[in-house]
Amino acid sequence: MARAATTQRKIVVTTAAWIVGLLIFFPILWTILTSFKTEGDAIAFPPSLFPPHWTLENYFEVQSRSDYFRHFVNSVVISIGSTVLALLIAVPAAWAMAFSPTPKTRDIMMWMLSTKMMPAVGVLVPIYLIFRTLGLLDNVWGLMVILMLMNLPIVVWMLYTYFKEIPVDILEAARMDGATLGKELVYVLVPMAVPGIASTMLLNVILAWNEAFWTLNLTAARAAPLTAFIASYSSPEGLFWAKLSAASTLAIAPILVLGWISQKQLVRGLTFGAVK
Amino acid sequence: MKLFPVIAGAFLVALASSASAETLTIATVNNGDMILMQKLTDDFTTANPDIQLQWVTMEENVLRQKVTTDIATKGGQYDVLTIGTYEVPIWTKQGWLVPLDNLGADYDVDDLLPAIRGGLSMDGKLYAAPFYGESSMVMYRKDLMEKAGLTMPDAPTWDFIRQAADAMTDRAAGINGVCLRGKAGWGENMAFLTAMSNSFGARWFDETWTPQFDQPEWKDTLSFYVDMMKADGPEGSSSNGFNENLALFQQGKCGMWIDATVAASFVTGKDSTVADKVGFALAPDKGLGKRGNWLWAWSLAVPAGSQKVEAAEKFIAWATSKHYAELVASKEGWANVPPGTRTSLYANPNYQAAAPFAKMTLDSINSADPTHPTVKPVPYVGVQFVAIPEFAGIGMTVGQLFSAALAGQSSVDDALKQAQDVTMREMQKAGYL
Amino acid sequence: MATRQTKALARAMMAPSIIVLFVWMIVPLVLTLWFSFQRYNLNYPERSGFVWFRNYYFFLTDPAFLQAIGNTLILVVGVLVITVVGGILLALLLDQPIWGQGIVRLLVIAPFFVMPTVSALVWKNMMMHPQYGIFAWISKTLGLPTVAWLTDYPLASVIIITAWEWLPFAALILLTALQSLDEDQKEASEMDGANFVNRFIYIILPHLARAITVVILIETIFLLSVFAEIYVTTQGGPGYSSTNLPFLVYVQALLNYDVGGASAGGMVAVVLANIVAIFLIRIVGRNLDA
Repeated sequence: MARAATTQRKIVVTTAAWIVGLLIFFPILWTILTSFKTEGDAIAFPPSLFPPHWTLENYFEVQSRSDYFRHFVNSVVISIGSTVLALLIAVPAAWAMAFSPTPKTRDIMMWMLSTKMMPAVGVLVPIYLIFRTLGLLDNVWGLMVILMLMNLPIVVWMLYTYFKEIPVDILEAARMDGATLGKELVYVLVPMAVPGIASTMLLNVILAWNEAFWTLNLTAARAAPLTAFIASYSSPEGLFWAKLSAASTLAIAPILVLGWISQKQLVRGLTFGAVK
Repeated sequence: MKLFPVIAGAFLVALASSASAETLTIATVNNGDMILMQKLTDDFTTANPDIQLQWVTMEENVLRQKVTTDIATKGGQYDVLTIGTYEVPIWTKQGWLVPLDNLGADYDVDDLLPAIRGGLSMDGKLYAAPFYGESSMVMYRKDLMEKAGLTMPDAPTWDFIRQAADAMTDRAAGINGVCLRGKAGWGENMAFLTAMSNSFGARWFDETWTPQFDQPEWKDTLSFYVDMMKADGPEGSSSNGFNENLALFQQGKCGMWIDATVAASFVTGKDSTVADKVGFALAPDKGLGKRGNWLWAWSLAVPAGSQKVEAAEKFIAWATSKHYAELVASKEGWANVPPGTRTSLYANPNYQAAAPFAKMTLDSINSADPTHPTVKPVPYVGVQFVAIPEFAGIGMTVGQLFSAALAGQSSVDDALKQAQDVTMREMQKAGYL
Repeated sequence: MATRQTKALARAMMAPSIIVLFVWMIVPLVLTLWFSFQRYNLNYPERSGFVWFRNYYFFLTDPAFLQAIGNTLILVVGVLVITVVGGILLALLLDQPIWGQGIVRLLVIAPFFVMPTVSALVWKNMMMHPQYGIFAWISKTLGLPTVAWLTDYPLASVIIITAWEWLPFAALILLTALQSLDEDQKEASEMDGANFVNRFIYIILPHLARAITVVILIETIFLLSVFAEIYVTTQGGPGYSSTNLPFLVYVQALLNYDVGGASAGGMVAVVLANIVAIFLIRIVGRNLDA
């Protein structure tokens, strides 16, 4: 009896979960499917879920028009580069905040977060002028720095909450053993913190990959990442939804795949101290 | 760990700044004609092996904001800019553009259409070379017109358009009598409405730069537009721009469409279900001596301070030459040649045969007068825009207000009053008043 | 001794990020503050000068200003409500034993990885388009009149799009929190015969309080500056009905090229953001004992 009830319940819950999951995923699925349609089928009404005539034409067209690989490489370089820079700065800071907190720690943290609330568009011209003076326009280094700064507060906070969960006893034991601070960091803390650092890294890569204001406005040709690639397919003269879908699919696929593969690591650290 | 070499390699590729011969960075719009130009790059680089081309192709609004920021701050990121007839007079006045003096002996500047050339020149010097030019005109369905028992004259009036729209509308069959732009933006609904208002005798500003939205001519314009769209326009028309209307027309859902002349080749092209049933007419008037058609040219220019003026001029001469027209014709057919820039194109019998809309396009372009766009005198140039830097912002805001009136979220009177107040404020802020 | 050394080192380790952030915050801020008192329009390089509070006057009296503040708040609160409530429901659902849980979870988190520009484009063109969108097809199939989403419900549409992007984030954090709920605790309450509603109110919700706080805090930071979604879909209209503060600043900065006006707008936005931040920290930050 009880077993049948459980199975029945599982069927109901499974069905519900799958329906909700597919609904949420639908816009993405629809984009991917549309990218294999002809332009005519893409705006056909009533729409058909699966392409009536599967075609790769849109992908060929997109590739012949813009250098996907170059944009992709720039996206990879910028998002990874900015993440590495952010970690280099954030790991020591978060470590210090977590293990030697002062009464001001929380205020500093909140202040860092508040810097994220400045509307980017309001400071575009000042930043543009600075970048022009420093020769950083259309330069991947400049973008790395900007994105590092954009995400630093989140990174520090995430690491901080993660480090705080590491039991202090272990550190003390290490100290008793005469470990210096440097050794403490390298041999004790880092191994324990790797999962947290990994998921912070992932989140930061995702945020940097998807950042579309600075990456679009501070680049021209050489450093332009995938956000600029998309801008050459959005609102053209004519409704080219199949090509737009193909370009969109190409732009989101790498990060989607990365996100899916690393889902477990990402989730583990994505708690911001929400789980005790 | 196998990923590491890949990533490291990627870094090296991205960080190594290529310092090869001479690379022109060309900023352009993602319209069909420009994409074709990009594909034909090889023809240019074969003839000029020492010059390489790097394309930055973006949608219009993003491109405009990037290019304007760059030229105004002297960022120097682009060597060739694609800009419109709105920017050229403003930027020329600021000294931001290089005069195009060396386009070559065989360029034949005098072949450029006078209306277009006039809008891109100052003191007799050409500051931007037109890549393609357009006006606006009426595109209509001959079959539906016949069914309604009407005949479209070559030069219709607005009253006739309204009458025809009412007659052609057939909601049950999904036919909308008329499709017009409703999406907010100075280059979207305001391009159409400003050109339309010219024919109604309205104007943006009087000679002292006082906004004129409180005048009866604007009320006539906007009421006529809103009433007609409510009676005969498609659903959700306040979010329809060029693209949406094009798709509607191609699918046979519009009786008439008044929009850019470049649309003519699309509605008669292979994607159109009504290709063989389309007729063309001049934009309507109200008997006041001005028609409701605009004038626009996407043009190529070189920013002042560029180190590569010579190469840039070589490229511009190529892209806007007669040779380029022949190149496109040989690869894609005459109907796909960028229109609206050269007299010789319209005299070409091959083009006339391939493009049934050629004559109407030429007549529309020639009938637009950017220097005297309105019935009453105005202190500005520009047909569907006002060539002052403030216009982009004001046009956007007013466009939003008129779009709200079309959506029924505010009345025509409220929209006009708000438009008047906003424009007045901005003009005061900018120091005109 | 050791502690003093530790503290000194701690300070040294915190220093880089604080200095960098300080520079990042101060340099643009000072520049912006400076420009906000200047007459500075990119289109008129020759006109310049100190104008005191003129830019602020024009920004604060902008006919769209009050509505923009209202829209900003509605947008933040709307998305927060949808994502928190939806996230809790989703987390409860995904916490159950189901077949193919891994795949369902992948489906649910996917929107979080999509660029805001792309999701706005997809929703605008393929979901909400009044002629070709999926929603139009659904209402036609059901025999209902089609809704021009972006025209008739512009702000609601932007909220829906943004909520879709942030729902996975909320659901994930809440799910992780839910899974950390002690099995014993759950079982004990089930043994007591507490029904689901009671269990939810007295056990699950308090347990999730901290996670909810985190979701609210992080999302607020991002939602206050929502821009791409509006830029791509409604351009702030019709009228001012979907104009939020960042979009209003955008009109100044990149349509008028009025650096002075945009800087004043930026300063106003920073002040308002900080008010919200203080408010948030006071009200919900208590849950977040650092």
